Amino acid sequence: MLYNSYFKNPKDVPLLLEKIEKYTEQTGPVRLMEICGTHTMAIARSGIRSILPDNVQLLSGPGCPVCVTPANMIDMILDLSQRPGVLITSYGDLLRVPGSAQGDCLLARRAGGGKVESVYSPMDALKIAEEHPETEVVFLGVGFETTAPGTAACILEAASRKLNNFSVLCLLKRTEPAIRSLIESDDFAVNGFLCPGHVAAIIGADGFSFLPDDYRLPGVVSGFEPGDLLYSILELIEMLAHGIPELKNEYTRLVRQSGNPAALALMEQVFCPAPSDWRGLGLIEDSGYAIREQYAPWDAVKKFSLAPAGEKEIPGCRCAQVIRGVLRPAECPLFKKLCSPDNPVGPCMVSGEGACAAAYQYE
Amino acid sequence: MEDRIIESRTTDDRITLDYGSGGLKTSELIESILLPAFDNDTLASLGDGAVLDGSQKLVFSTDSFVVSPWKFPGGDIGRLSVCGTVNDLCMAGGIPKYLSLSFILEEGFPFSDFKSIVSSIADEAKEAGVSIVTGDTKVVDSGKGDGIYINTAGIGFQRAVLPGKSAIRPGDAVLISGSIGCHGAAVMMARSGLLREDSPLVSDCQPLHQISAAALEAAGMTARASGSSAPVRILRDPTRGGVATTLNEFTEQMPFSIELDQSALPIDPAVETACDILGLDPLYCACEGRMLAVCDPETAGDILDAMRKIPGGENAAQIGTVTENMPGKVLLKTPIGGRRILAKLSGIQLPRIC
Repeated sequence: MLYNSYFKNPKDVPLLLEKIEKYTEQTGPVRLMEICGTHTMAIARSGIRSILPDNVQLLSGPGCPVCVTPANMIDMILDLSQRPGVLITSYGDLLRVPGSAQGDCLLARRAGGGKVESVYSPMDALKIAEEHPETEVVFLGVGFETTAPGTAACILEAASRKLNNFSVLCLLKRTEPAIRSLIESDDFAVNGFLCPGHVAAIIGADGFSFLPDDYRLPGVVSGFEPGDLLYSILELIEMLAHGIPELKNEYTRLVRQSGNPAALALMEQVFCPAPSDWRGLGLIEDSGYAIREQYAPWDAVKKFSLAPAGEKEIPGCRCAQVIRGVLRPAECPLFKKLCSPDNPVGPCMVSGEGACAAAYQYE
Repeated sequence: MEDRIIESRTTDDRITLDYGSGGLKTSELIESILLPAFDNDTLASLGDGAVLDGSQKLVFSTDSFVVSPWKFPGGDIGRLSVCGTVNDLCMAGGIPKYLSLSFILEEGFPFSDFKSIVSSIADEAKEAGVSIVTGDTKVVDSGKGDGIYINTAGIGFQRAVLPGKSAIRPGDAVLISGSIGCHGAAVMMARSGLLREDSPLVSDCQPLHQISAAALEAAGMTARASGSSAPVRILRDPTRGGVATTLNEFTEQMPFSIELDQSALPIDPAVETACDILGLDPLYCACEGRMLAVCDPETAGDILDAMRKIPGGENAAQIGTVTENMPGKVLLKTPIGGRRILAKLSGIQLPRIC
């Protein structure tokens, strides 16, 4: 971890900034998008925007797993939390996300008597199920490829222990189809991508080579410390200045070109690609993971016959545009007026990784 | 640790509802466990209330403790229940003297754990120089409590008059008595079962009577009010919400801002690592034995020197300055030279997905 301190506190900031400035003289205004909630927060917390030249704009894409979950899915989860004998277990982020009604979230349902627990790992949820055989424990499998292997391992473990009171509501998403959909949309105006280091640790840096190969867009797989981010931004701008888009890997201390084969094997065993609904992007083919038929007894959708109903978007909420990088948080008419972290209207404000929460808290 | 618990007559190994009945078992608990542990005449008289000596201005505070797990690296709920109230008194410029102590126990709570908690309360009270002079015990049905809850209230004599946040002015120094966020990080790691026994990550839980006394003496402050020109403007222990939230309470609605220098923050590498793992920010993690002071820049050096001589104050540091750049806000200068707002904690800190 001390190795990390080099990236936390980089010594050569002035030099990096000087180079960024030099290259932007050649490129003109540059719009770079990050597609990972942890990057959103890391950028905001490092204060990087305040030191970059004005013509470098950093945008947040659909990288916050909570933010891209449609409102009707949240409503479905809220309904499930009211069923007798059901205990919902979830990563903390999701607990405050409102469904279609403002203020209605898992924390509110818990205060109203619903059974909801926050966990760090799906294995914690499995443990709760083992200790409470009379309770139906449902784990909310939210996230991208980063959290998918852990969720897969957990389903395999439940199967091997024949734990019949445990199931996973699989809302996992795949990054590539969403990024492709974003790039192919009419209002797309981004010059390069900071690629998510955590996702790449699983799928490999090669998982993002479609950016230069198919779209002639540069991408840099980046770590999360200020040094990582500054260096990756420099690499993107340098590639734009030279007109040679490539996929580079800045996060070599964690990310291999071909990813983590053990994790990928687990995911392949348990999940298959499936169409998935994204807030802001709509239904995208193959952009989600579904639990394979073989593991149906641990699939909450099948176990509880779940189907989302009602509105996917919250009326008046502009999170959909924010998620696509079309609208900056401050440009939303609700921002800091009707919508704040204490009283969020949309998911971008509530999630710790949301673009609006980051802008509200740090800028 | 000195074990001052006299062998109790009870053969029960768990707390039962009988111990909250007010009858024989309650008396047994008081007489065989609590009185010997806290050993003082005021308590021993077992009146409905304590009669206390004193002819000075008083400071008075109360706090409740519900921490889970009740035992954490570097302390337990007993130790915390003394430090919490003692520190509140110290931050109000008081010399802590007397504490009340109330337990709410859950039926089934192990007796051995209860005794161990009482023992650490006794040790901590001795260290902080306070007497437990009155108290109460209730037992609730199994499932209606989280093992043990404690409330303490405390009375102290006023040592110095602190003018408060209205006396803070641009140029003032912001000091902290030691490393940031140890308690919150240690409890969160213990709660998630990630803490090994040999981990260097321990709570900072400690009484601040010596550190606050040293700071106020170094600043030459006494119980005679010196108005808004007093060199120490305000003292606070940044418990829930951490340093970031406490500093925001200073700046809210005020015509000044506080600017912190991230590179100057004393943060233990173990805390930093734990926060990296859990997705937390040390600036929002509770401290239970740290003091924030805003003071006149002229006396800041003397106050820091004085704090550093006290055990637990070795890492005291100036972490920021009061400015007029963005009134009402707390700002953080990051190591790469960026600047951002440090907001108040919104709701509870929840672990993030990845």
